[in-house]
Amino acid sequence: MKAFASLLDTLVYTTSRNRKLALIAEYLRETPDPDRGWALAALTGELDFPAVKSSTIRKLMAERVDPVLWTLSRDFVGDTAETASLLWPESEADDDPPSVAQVVDMLSALNRVTAPKELPKLLDRLDANGRFALIKLATGGMRVGVSARLAKTAFAQSFDVSVDAVEEYWHALAPPYSELFAWAANGDAPPDVSNTPRFRPFMLAHPLEETVVDLADYAAEWKWDGIRVQLVRVAGETRLYSRSGDDISATFPELLDVLPLDAVLDGELLVRGNAQGGEEGGAASFNALQQRLGRKTVSKKMLAEYPAFVRLYDALVIEGEDLRERPWSERRAALENLMDRLPRSHFDISAIVEARDFDHLAQIRETARDEAIEGLMLKRRDSPYVPGRKVGLWYKWKRDPLLIDCVLMYAQRGSGKRSSFYSDYTFGCWDGDPDAGAELLPVGKAYSGFTDAELKKLDKLVRQTTVNRFGPVREVERTLVFEVAFDSVHASKRHKSGLAMRFPRIHRIRWDKPVHEADRIESLRGLIKD
Amino acid sequence: MSNAFSWIRPEPWGVHVVPADVWIDPGRAVDRALVTHGHADHARGGHGATIATPETLAIMELRYNTRKGATPVQYGETIRLPGGVDATFVPAGHVLGSAQILLEHAGERVVITGDYKRRADPTCAPFEVTPCDIFITEATFGLPVFTHPPIEDEMAKLLSALHGHPEGCVLVGAYALGKAQRVIAELRAAGHSQPIFLHGAMEKMCRLYQDHGVDLGELRLVSDHEKEAMRGQIVIAPPSALNDRWSRRLPSPVTAMASGWMRVRGRARQRGVELPLVISDHADWNELTQTIEDVNPQEVWLTHGREEALLRWCELGQRRARALALVGREDEDE
Repeated sequence: MKAFASLLDTLVYTTSRNRKLALIAEYLRETPDPDRGWALAALTGELDFPAVKSSTIRKLMAERVDPVLWTLSRDFVGDTAETASLLWPESEADDDPPSVAQVVDMLSALNRVTAPKELPKLLDRLDANGRFALIKLATGGMRVGVSARLAKTAFAQSFDVSVDAVEEYWHALAPPYSELFAWAANGDAPPDVSNTPRFRPFMLAHPLEETVVDLADYAAEWKWDGIRVQLVRVAGETRLYSRSGDDISATFPELLDVLPLDAVLDGELLVRGNAQGGEEGGAASFNALQQRLGRKTVSKKMLAEYPAFVRLYDALVIEGEDLRERPWSERRAALENLMDRLPRSHFDISAIVEARDFDHLAQIRETARDEAIEGLMLKRRDSPYVPGRKVGLWYKWKRDPLLIDCVLMYAQRGSGKRSSFYSDYTFGCWDGDPDAGAELLPVGKAYSGFTDAELKKLDKLVRQTTVNRFGPVREVERTLVFEVAFDSVHASKRHKSGLAMRFPRIHRIRWDKPVHEADRIESLRGLIKD
Repeated sequence: MSNAFSWIRPEPWGVHVVPADVWIDPGRAVDRALVTHGHADHARGGHGATIATPETLAIMELRYNTRKGATPVQYGETIRLPGGVDATFVPAGHVLGSAQILLEHAGERVVITGDYKRRADPTCAPFEVTPCDIFITEATFGLPVFTHPPIEDEMAKLLSALHGHPEGCVLVGAYALGKAQRVIAELRAAGHSQPIFLHGAMEKMCRLYQDHGVDLGELRLVSDHEKEAMRGQIVIAPPSALNDRWSRRLPSPVTAMASGWMRVRGRARQRGVELPLVISDHADWNELTQTIEDVNPQEVWLTHGREEALLRWCELGQRRARALALVGREDEDE
């Protein structure tokens, strides 16, 4: 438990992704089974101990600490687990603190009656860091910035195996993943996962940029604005995975009993509506889909208001036959054949965009804003389905971004390498005529799209024109116009401007442009397509 | 309160000793001041007369460039003030020259701690428990979550980070008066004999400590050296320089910070600290409560910090206590 507690503590303070990877990789290499497996499951949020809740911890503390002192402390620290770990009465150091596996065993055996009796014994055997780790482990929610993807990458790095292979086996196995470690660390045969639903790493696309392709070699498809998903059915059991390989089945229960055969399908998850692709029984905007994302349980009302479906792109496996080595054109044909067997209520197919030639396709893309928010995909007709981005196989040809001129209002320091630079910018548009006393309302925030040299200049400007400081944030004099690029804009109740931009980034810095010539909120509002 | 102790009055800008018309650590210029130690929230320039330990006076001279009206008092020495008030300076263990002030008048004894700690510190004389009727104490870390770990543990953390990061340096944020020198002295005690690199703002105070016989080993100025020279080394800078432009001249620094606030993860993250070192020159919760028990006064007055929790602790132990609202006192690391 000591090594795990120390890993957790260090991760809390580490912002750099590479440092996090190195820390986790080192832990996995140096920790024996099954501790490392349980630790991995804890980091990626795969453990659940229903008998221990945050309220269990608060009750234990109420028996040990004066309520006034508890409240004052909790308010200052801001986190129940941390406050409890610091206030727990220190007992004699235990020469033999429990291992992660022992802790997991003990926690799993608890129920609501035994938890208040057994937890204190466990807490007594640990120091403050250990208690913090234990409480976080028991109550869930590590919040140390480790996604499943990061953990898998660290695993791969740790044992020098391919992250794609790790992705394939991971989901088929349960913690503490002994077979996965035996394969990666000891070179044993890979785990047999043929009868378990599992995620296959997605094939991804490169940006097209200046490349011109021949449509004889490439097929074009719309790039839909939902979330990329993989629907997997094995031995009658269906699971839904997100782009990062997270299992999001619980969030979309309506998709779990509609696939009538075993298969692995790649598609875009959308909710019904009429913002995108009207002809095919339309989808709503991304904004509508967002109502459904990130929920652990879904209400009936949600299911009725925002019904989800999958617009299919590709077939990886159909009835046990792995199609990934076959050319795209064959997989596409197989998918088209399959469509007759899939219920139209939950599936359609992403249509091929027919064009005479590349110029014609460019024209279609120009006029495509209404139907296809994101742009076009170009897929080499003979491309196998390979994980990740391979040059020359698939391209994404995003439509040109929308542009608007905004005024820099606030700046905040970045993190990691940028921690001494003001590199995160909040910008606004005028709420009326700036020459008649209109004010700027913040409309978005961006921290990319400029060069290092520009960053230095911006940092200097922020420091020289600061008018107010709020913690890490500086308010600046309104002197600078940014041409901001963004993919779309939506109505939002959360923002004072009533707007939320998607993927805003700095397109150009308009050192030359006077701020009163920046755009007004109305112009931005006119671009809403909800 | 009755007439008893009416000769000592807490005011928003300091504690007033009425018969002598002197102020303890006044926040504005007065005719006559008793100063517990050299930190800026206790020691201000511009007083007519300043009575303090020789070390504190030297620190004030360095900071305010004046020795006007300075009266040095050694530890343990008692001076007679007007109005029949005796003042004795007793070591407080906070920083070089720091003192508690014992005031005696009409058979009543009052101790004002200034800032203090009970832990051993190679850079200053240790705190001495002084019995009294009214104990006027700081409460900077007056919450039970604050327990400072042994400094050896924190030094081990720092040195292990240094050895694990040979291609860069470890940049330690530490307040320029007291904390910086203590960290350096503890590093020496832990066997670290490499030169330690300093931010320019640290130089004079370190020299002052060395002139007072504190061994800090070889110190170098960051500004005199190229990036390469600092790889694998420790650099010490004031907390304000940690994430500032100044730090861009260092070879990929790991940012550490030496402060009692580092006990709380959120505080460390807020400041972008990667290596929090829980090192404080203030008493932690256990030291605060232990000291009140050791001194065992009739009444406890709390000057500054998180006094609600300490008031509550006094209430639970049936001790008489009150909080004074002094203006402008904060921990130097904030």
